[in-house]
Amino acid sequence: MSINIADLAVGTEIGSRTLEITRADLVRYAGASGDFNPIHWNDRFAREVELPGVIAHGMFTMGAAVQLVTDWIGDPSAVVSYGTRFTRPVPVADVDGAPGAVVDVSGVVGAVDADAGTARIDLTVTLDGQKVLVKAQAVVRLT
Amino acid sequence: MTINPELQGRSYALSHPYSVGRESVRDFARAVKATNAAHFDVAAAQALGHADLVAPPTYAIIVAQRADALLINDPDSGIDFSRVVHAEQKFTHHRAITAGDELVAELHVDGVRGMGGGAMITTRAEISTVAGEPVATTVSAILVRGEGQ
Repeated sequence: MSINIADLAVGTEIGSRTLEITRADLVRYAGASGDFNPIHWNDRFAREVELPGVIAHGMFTMGAAVQLVTDWIGDPSAVVSYGTRFTRPVPVADVDGAPGAVVDVSGVVGAVDADAGTARIDLTVTLDGQKVLVKAQAVVRLT
Repeated sequence: MTINPELQGRSYALSHPYSVGRESVRDFARAVKATNAAHFDVAAAQALGHADLVAPPTYAIIVAQRADALLINDPDSGIDFSRVVHAEQKFTHHRAITAGDELVAELHVDGVRGMGGGAMITTRAEISTVAGEPVATTVSAILVRGEGQ
């Protein structure tokens, strides 16, 4: 692995990316995860329960956001813990030829534990500049 | 319908093991836009020291939500699924989930707290292999919205 814990300090940036989300992404996530709650694919149902329309699975956003971390470290099994709070829904519009939502993801080193050989990566995940995940933190093992 | 306050302390167990298949790992990886070769190519996973394809860091949610469903669908719980919002989620991995695993889960209701007309319910799923090896601990907080929430 190319990342050395000695090179990491609190505040070190690990990168950023843009997550373009379509309705097809939500259908694919529903199928792969088994979460078929209609608020993630049925506008009529979503509005009946006082949502603005179809919203992304929180777990879709959480699962896609951590890819920044796994791609940085190179081994998905290096993520020893990962948690977040879901504070704001991500509405995904039904549009052709364009994403229905665009979420920005960036990560910085939030803590380094040299004795344990781990680092905490703090993710910032926003939609139109507002956080959709809060305290999104992944602890990775560096060997 | 109101949430049954006596839910706290209850536990539920999956009725049969969840078999982690290669195609399930690949499908889930595509669904979260993961591109690491260890999710798709057995040789790449083995090069990282794993027996088989490695599941993405949030894959355990499949098993955890099956366990949560035992609580939500319990007629005695008073939970209206259409009013459930996912509020918090945490995964602690004791080891990576890989294709070929046979996973069981025990769900514990660790907290029930009234919030307005609704409730915040904290559950913990202890996921292990059928042989008893701990694999992951997941903690979920779900908000069951009351009327007008």
